[in-house]
Amino acid sequence: MEQFDWTSIPGALPILADGMLITLEITATAILVGILWGTVLALARLSGNRPLAWLAAAYVNLFRAVPLVMVILWFYLIVPTLLQRWLGVSQSSDIRMISALVAFALFESAYYAEIIRAGVQSVPKGQVDAAFALGMPYHLTMRLVVLPQAFRNMLPLLLTQAIILFQDTSLVYVIGLADFFGAAYKVGDRDGRLVELLLFAGAVYFILCFGASLLVRQLQKKYST
Amino acid sequence: MSYNWNWDIFLSPTPSGESTYLGWLLDGLQWTLTLSFGAWIMALVLGIGLGVLRTVPNRLLAGSAAAYVEVFRNVPLLVQLFIWYFVLPELLPTTLGDALKQTDPLAQQFVAALLCLGCFTAARVCEQVRAGIASLPRGQRNAGLALGLTLPQTYRYVLLPMALRLILPPLTSEFLNVFKNSAVASTIGLIELSRQSQQLVDYTAQAYEAFIAVTLLYVLINVLVMFGMRLLERRTRVPGYIGGK
Amino acid sequence: MSMIQIENVSKWYGDFQVLTDCSTHVNPGEVVVVCGPSGSGKSTLIRCVNGLEAIQQGRIVVNGTALSDPTTNLSKLRAQVGMVFQNFELFPHMSVTDNLTIAQIKVLGRSTAEALARGLAMLDRVGLKAQASKFPGALSGGQQQRVAIARALAMDPICMLFDESTSALDPEMVNEVLDVMVELATEGMTMMCVTHEMGFARKVADRVIFMDHGRIVDDASKDDFFGTPRAERAKLFLSKILQH
Repeated sequence: MEQFDWTSIPGALPILADGMLITLEITATAILVGILWGTVLALARLSGNRPLAWLAAAYVNLFRAVPLVMVILWFYLIVPTLLQRWLGVSQSSDIRMISALVAFALFESAYYAEIIRAGVQSVPKGQVDAAFALGMPYHLTMRLVVLPQAFRNMLPLLLTQAIILFQDTSLVYVIGLADFFGAAYKVGDRDGRLVELLLFAGAVYFILCFGASLLVRQLQKKYST
Repeated sequence: MSYNWNWDIFLSPTPSGESTYLGWLLDGLQWTLTLSFGAWIMALVLGIGLGVLRTVPNRLLAGSAAAYVEVFRNVPLLVQLFIWYFVLPELLPTTLGDALKQTDPLAQQFVAALLCLGCFTAARVCEQVRAGIASLPRGQRNAGLALGLTLPQTYRYVLLPMALRLILPPLTSEFLNVFKNSAVASTIGLIELSRQSQQLVDYTAQAYEAFIAVTLLYVLINVLVMFGMRLLERRTRVPGYIGGK
Repeated sequence: MSMIQIENVSKWYGDFQVLTDCSTHVNPGEVVVVCGPSGSGKSTLIRCVNGLEAIQQGRIVVNGTALSDPTTNLSKLRAQVGMVFQNFELFPHMSVTDNLTIAQIKVLGRSTAEALARGLAMLDRVGLKAQASKFPGALSGGQQQRVAIARALAMDPICMLFDESTSALDPEMVNEVLDVMVELATEGMTMMCVTHEMGFARKVADRVIFMDHGRIVDDASKDDFFGTPRAERAKLFLSKILQH
């Protein structure tokens, strides 16, 4: 341990904090859009409408078959072009962030869609029957009876996926976006203290993710019937 | 803004002349497959062992396995990879570390990626195996012991054969994950498939063709693996259980 | 005019024919019991009446409205037909009060105060006013089923369908639910009940329908049915269950 020199870290905290902000921003956006768009995809897949169900299934299966690295690269290729063509926005420094946000949101939606689909299917069919028998149309049945129960059932899985998402954001490294990991690498490389910074980054991720997973476990225990 | 599609680019020779761009992609595919299969075998061996350990009565063994899983599950794969590649040589005794740094860069990258992916996936396999064993009726273990089998024998002949069959579906998705996760090795320079796609973008102007080809290859791997695992599921079915006759 | 009219109804699940040419009716104020062995299609038939199951042949008319008519608003029709399920199907994430009021508010458009008043009145009618703020998970099976009946009644239905409403209850709770159903019958509610409870049938039924293998094989007044059942299967069925 003697050959490790941790002195780089305190001075670098502002840069690392900026990186963490980027990580959290991507994570939060992807969770929000992921759950919303994922719910739409899940319901589309479960609907009786054949073409709609097929499209939703194709979306989910495609995004789940391809590595996240490729998805990030794809959107880094497409997004700047699209922004230029549709909005006339020229290359800005935020282009990496925007394409990363789009990539993660669309990618995670496919994973959330599967969790939510299983959640909706876990609600007994009798509940739908009872709601219909009371005269509730489909959208009210979903909104008031099925989805509340589905989300309650799936909450631990949704949170676990969020933790995975938080870790996956480190992959924005491949397009040169400096999230927490990217920032740690930069500092380590700059100061010649790569080993220390990598271990530091690993420790921070571990504490945050392990802590979060303990909270999820507590939540599960509290609400299991 | 118009884009010139040129699918012939794959048959064009690379700058050094020794291969075509398609050849580069196939090289990448080869490295992806080698890395993935190697890591999967390592993950299975290590993961099944750890999964068994998590269910044994000995608190120390079960706890160590649990600690392993927590460590490898709560650090991002990319961070783990960089630690294997950059930090591990520094942690070894100086002579060994230096020797390691002198070896062929490609070998260094491959070994780091292999160990990283193997250990990472082993943690996930461990959890699947543990869940599989836990889902078996408690009486199974007791029945084995009552017949006079030792605990290791009970695991080998009674518990594991059923547990492994039960977890074939989640194991399939872990297997698929290995192929996807192998793409992370591109960050340390390993010339696997996604790295080759980036190489193609750098050397040619045909980014879309390159990405489409690579995406299709990943989808193809996905389809083939799912098909193969489904065959395996069918052949190992136990009547009366989900998926059985 | 009958309240429920079932004409030549046939239904298939894929290749399997589960209902064959079923015809019957329920007049306003009548209590009709549908019985028969497992798999005879009685639950399926009753679920076709409010459109929870679709039919491939035949016609079902409820209160003058044909179910298959393209202009029929199925949700509105269902709001008029109360249904009680074998597994109670209370909404577990809502309190008893919310279970009673949700459909009144969202489907019938009643104000919260109105819905609450009506819901609690029905709850009192089934003897469970004290449980208003509880959640279904805290109630016994018999209590849950009574709340389910109150939930259906709060919609002021023109008729009630009961799908094996006591089959999932422990024996000691069956009577508390049957008592509520007997009360409803004597007050003049039009009821169609799938049940094994022949004591209930004897007490309040006007007619008894016996089904076997997807067909209606006997459709007679209560006295005729229990006195001299026509079909052999009905005789056999009765002899088996009337031991108790």
